[in-house]
Amino acid sequence: MTRPGESILEVSDLVVEFDGFRALDRLSFVLYANVLTVVIGPNGAGKTTFLDVITGRTRAHGGSVRFLGRDITELADYRIARLGMARKFQAPTVFPDLSVRDNLRVAAAPVKGLWSALRGRLTPATRAAIDEALAVTGLGALAARPAAALSHGQRQWLEIGMALATQPRLLLLDEPIAGMTGEEVDRTAELLQEIARRRSVLVIEHDMSFVRRIAQRVCVFHQGRQLVEGSFERISADERVREVYLGVEAS
Amino acid sequence: MATVAAAVPVPRAARGAPLLLAALALALAAAAPLYLSQTPLNLLGQFLALAILAIGLDLIWGYAGILSLGQGVFFGIGGYLMAMYLKMQGLQPGQLPDFMTWSGVTSLPLVWHPFESFPLTLLLVFTLPALFAYAFGALVFRSRIRGVYFSIMTQALAVAVSTLFVDQQQLTGGSSGLTGFQSILGHSFYANATQIAFYEVTVVVLAAVFAVAWYLTRSHFGVLLRAVRDGENRLRFFGYNPTVFKAFVFALAGLCAGLAGALYVPQNGIIAPGMLGVVPSIEMVIWVAVGGRGTIVGALIGALVVSYAKYYLSSAYPDFWLFLVGTLFVVVVLFFPRGLMGLAELAGRALRRRGPPSET
Repeated sequence: MTRPGESILEVSDLVVEFDGFRALDRLSFVLYANVLTVVIGPNGAGKTTFLDVITGRTRAHGGSVRFLGRDITELADYRIARLGMARKFQAPTVFPDLSVRDNLRVAAAPVKGLWSALRGRLTPATRAAIDEALAVTGLGALAARPAAALSHGQRQWLEIGMALATQPRLLLLDEPIAGMTGEEVDRTAELLQEIARRRSVLVIEHDMSFVRRIAQRVCVFHQGRQLVEGSFERISADERVREVYLGVEAS
Repeated sequence: MATVAAAVPVPRAARGAPLLLAALALALAAAAPLYLSQTPLNLLGQFLALAILAIGLDLIWGYAGILSLGQGVFFGIGGYLMAMYLKMQGLQPGQLPDFMTWSGVTSLPLVWHPFESFPLTLLLVFTLPALFAYAFGALVFRSRIRGVYFSIMTQALAVAVSTLFVDQQQLTGGSSGLTGFQSILGHSFYANATQIAFYEVTVVVLAAVFAVAWYLTRSHFGVLLRAVRDGENRLRFFGYNPTVFKAFVFALAGLCAGLAGALYVPQNGIIAPGMLGVVPSIEMVIWVAVGGRGTIVGALIGALVVSYAKYYLSSAYPDFWLFLVGTLFVVVVLFFPRGLMGLAELAGRALRRRGPPSET
């Protein structure tokens, strides 16, 4: 396992262009293992594009991404996922017709090939991973329900549970508290802190009070680059950040 | 109270009930030669062959959400391959099938040679459609073509293949297809015993296909098929390659269609390009829609009910049938999206609600 302080993801000089617009402009970024890192930045700063590139959803036009010491810049999305990178999308995109348990089962199955699916026996380890995800997210009582029947917050947790059930080395979360009630936000903050004890977690978030609460390290993106990084206190005292981000928020 | 009862999970016994019913129905079907005369038995055999195709179509459409409007192609391949074998039975050495002589062909074309062998024919009638479906599926799915675009491509395939079969008259018998079968394995083709044998083989194959489909849809594979339908991209981020699953299940549906064609032709006595084009391919989709997508049992029932309705109505009102089947499709999709199976479930629920309080 990686020790705290060791880097798990290194991105250098990443460039992504859409019709001449540079969504990522020579972005360099390092993520440390077992640290809860939050990426903030105004709209259009390239946060979601950044997640798209490291998960293999969007191809970079320049630069490189290394995950666990391996170059994954050109790797197919599903292969990157198999290396241990799990992502929770902004909008909850669970499988609505599947039960909560089956959703977790899809995520937890250790071998993702066709033949193991056809043989279709759950190993005790997989079963344990499913039960653990049910316990951590508190969805145990709803295991047999179709995911479509869950509330918004429950669906977000199911998605976090699914990401967890893959036993990832790195968990990526895109705006995990969007649309949640205050109580659900509290519950999510606890959940993420619990997860970050044993895993590397990267969160994209807009809500500053939530960022203050959970972040061990904050990185500010602006116009496709990393502007500054450090503790929340250091970031909130930084003039440039006030200008590009907090200023925008206040106005 | 009523809504609470509806939310309670179906008890285990009730979940096994469709399986029990299907087993009963299959036993009843196997015994049909004892109580049906030749004509209705022959019809039932044809419909049961079509049900094999419907089960395959339900796997791709009902479970994985892939709507194929070209299943007639794979049905046609299976049917034609079987017909090629049948066509060469009872010929004198060196004699060619009749239509070849009419087209001026002097020696047996190369592609016909494998079908002089019965075992080879049996092998090819399902492996070739499956391989063809796999190749087509893998190619199209890898380009991330899906949804209606995929459906349109399968429809184009149906047009292309049926046109090709009309065009290659010296190989396929052209638009009149292949017919006039004489014998099989030394038995007269139209003898009662031969036709009963075709029927029983159909029942056995249908039972096997049904059992495999039942197992698959309840395995981890079945969960993944439904996950493909719900969110294919999402699946990628869990480390699955949906292309592999889609191509495999499409090949499986092609295999079922090929088997169906091979079993249908001996009982129907003819295969022609008109049976593998766009219109029959869409009718196949209607069987599954009417029966109820995503239930396997529904696909089987839908194929039987709609095929029988077609037989009955198209002989009584030949011009009217296509309008009727089109209307039926629209009505089912709009008002009964879960087909006959959905209606049966609603009815069952209503009955249970009225049942004695001790039951709930």
